[in-house]
Amino acid sequence: MDIFIQQIINGLVLGSIYALVALGYTMVYGIMGLINFAHGEVVMIGAMVALSVVKALAASGLPVFAVILIALAAAALVCMAIGFSVERIAYRPLRRAHKLAPLITAIGISIILQHTAMLVWGRNYHAFPPILPASAHEIFGATITSLQVAIVLIAGLMMAGLMVLINHTRFGRAMRATSENPQIAQLMGVDINKIISATFVIGSALAAVAGLMVSANYSIAHYYMGFMLGLKAFTAAVLGGIGNIAGAVLGGILLGLIEALGAGYIGDLTGGFLGSHYQDIFAFFVLIGVLIFRPSGLIGERVSERA
Amino acid sequence: MTTLTLESLRHDKRAAIAATAVLGLVLAVLPFAVGNALGNSWLRIVDFALLYIMLALGLNIVVGFAGLLDMGYIAFYAVGAYLYALLASPHFGLHVPIWVIIPCGAVLAGFAGALLGAPTLRLRGDYLAIVTLGFGEIVRIFMNNLNAPVNITNGPQGISGIDPIHLGGITLAKPLTFLGFTIPSLHAYYFLFLALALLIIFVTIRLEDSRIGRAWVAIREDEIAAKACGINTRNIKLLAFTMGASFGGVAGGLFAGFQGFVSPESFNLMESVMVLCMVVLGGMGHIPGVILGGLMLTVLPEFFRHSAGPVQQAIFGKILLDPEALRMLLFGLALVLVMLYRPAGLWPSTTRRREFKGESTTDVLKEGE
Repeated sequence: MDIFIQQIINGLVLGSIYALVALGYTMVYGIMGLINFAHGEVVMIGAMVALSVVKALAASGLPVFAVILIALAAAALVCMAIGFSVERIAYRPLRRAHKLAPLITAIGISIILQHTAMLVWGRNYHAFPPILPASAHEIFGATITSLQVAIVLIAGLMMAGLMVLINHTRFGRAMRATSENPQIAQLMGVDINKIISATFVIGSALAAVAGLMVSANYSIAHYYMGFMLGLKAFTAAVLGGIGNIAGAVLGGILLGLIEALGAGYIGDLTGGFLGSHYQDIFAFFVLIGVLIFRPSGLIGERVSERA
Repeated sequence: MTTLTLESLRHDKRAAIAATAVLGLVLAVLPFAVGNALGNSWLRIVDFALLYIMLALGLNIVVGFAGLLDMGYIAFYAVGAYLYALLASPHFGLHVPIWVIIPCGAVLAGFAGALLGAPTLRLRGDYLAIVTLGFGEIVRIFMNNLNAPVNITNGPQGISGIDPIHLGGITLAKPLTFLGFTIPSLHAYYFLFLALALLIIFVTIRLEDSRIGRAWVAIREDEIAAKACGINTRNIKLLAFTMGASFGGVAGGLFAGFQGFVSPESFNLMESVMVLCMVVLGGMGHIPGVILGGLMLTVLPEFFRHSAGPVQQAIFGKILLDPEALRMLLFGLALVLVMLYRPAGLWPSTTRRREFKGESTTDVLKEGE
């Protein structure tokens, strides 16, 4: 039983991170109908920047809280700048082009980001400095660290903040209008270029937070981590219904739970034939299953066949 | 300019024969010229370029003709390569002859293509891209992990000691003596790959002009209209997946025999992206463009790999940037720039170029919205 609870906790932590990244995918898709393939790499850059700042300040004697905050600010700034320029350089000129064109530029941008990171930080794995207090709590026979509690709480807060921003502010209304119909929104006086830029910047800021969380949770970061994470977060967004903010959150948490429970139990279920190193496969099976049986996602709107 | 000459070749028979003769001569002399002038490592690269051209032409059927964005294409290459590796290596102690394996590889890869195609036919565009990408990764993860409890693929270590390609009693691993000429191994592989590449080019050209090819293009342009015209879109799309995949399977088998070693790392997502980029950068759906794309994306990165280190050495006196990272950086940059400035590819077909320039009627309508 305690394994079950433990995997639920792990799944929730993982799921909160997926949800934060999935929000970036879903917001961009909701507004532009475009899969921002480079988003996973933005998370990676966020993780690397945050990790470097933490490393640099670890011995400075500043309180842990301040170090984390500074790292977060630095990562968010870098990621926002990247998100903004990626949209300007790679997506905006192609807004009216064939659908494949922005996809290829997105792949190009991810390759560029990945290998820039490789040049800056090298090919090695970087360990997260052990500055966080390692306090574990017991719940129903399972352990949860303060860090994990913090990850779930912060992710929850950020998602709530985003919901408020989108549903209850003037800016959020402009965003929803743009996603509904850019041309009409423009006629109503919405500067859609500004809205799209802002969407990328917000998504990238969330990605920076997620990056810090991933590297702190697994105590490790490297230049190649963005690809798989991005793919899984995208799966989460599709699972919830891409373009739908609440769906991304739900999909992220569900996918985290599926992965954690799946990895925990696949060995028993298959009599030891498949082990926990098949963890990465669940996301893809979920993705394929959802796209085949319910392409609109769990709570998404119906997408037309020509999407 | 080039398309112009191609057009004129179609009408002038004598010029066509002369051009074919010159091209044939160049292709026949090429391995000896490359081997002597640049060394065997470059000849290997030329051999690989031919393999990649086969792959790109196979993917071109799926992406270029039928407009189905497949990002897991390398999985079929992997199926062909692993089939060859399992059936002709000391791993299982089997040594099945090549004319059994290569067709089997084509059939098995085609079957895998149909397996992937069947459930995903309803999806379009980006969604299809992601699902196929996931499929490619699933195949790779299985190859990486199917070494326990029963050792099938030998896991991340891969399978080595694969039999070289041999036809009857003749093996391509040793120099061939033929009518007094001695043809070194790499040259012999070159001619085998060239023959198969030409065969695949011939098949795709004939396919493009056939009823099936026209149905594919119709589906690419407008699936609903194609359906309304009486095309069985489901079967035709499945056929595109199957055919593209079987070409990949053939190329994969040749790769395993040529390389003598396969491991899951040869079939990662980057390879799928690479082949897709060959198709898109060259000019989707345009066979000469795709061949150009395949050639360029095999040769240019190798050129960077060989020159990035020495050039930095010459300019700065030391190696400042990791040549591998630099090579990929330039590759990414090239993708972005080509898409920004030539979204139809470097050598697109005339109709497609017109479409991308916005001269088609639908775009005029869009302007008027």
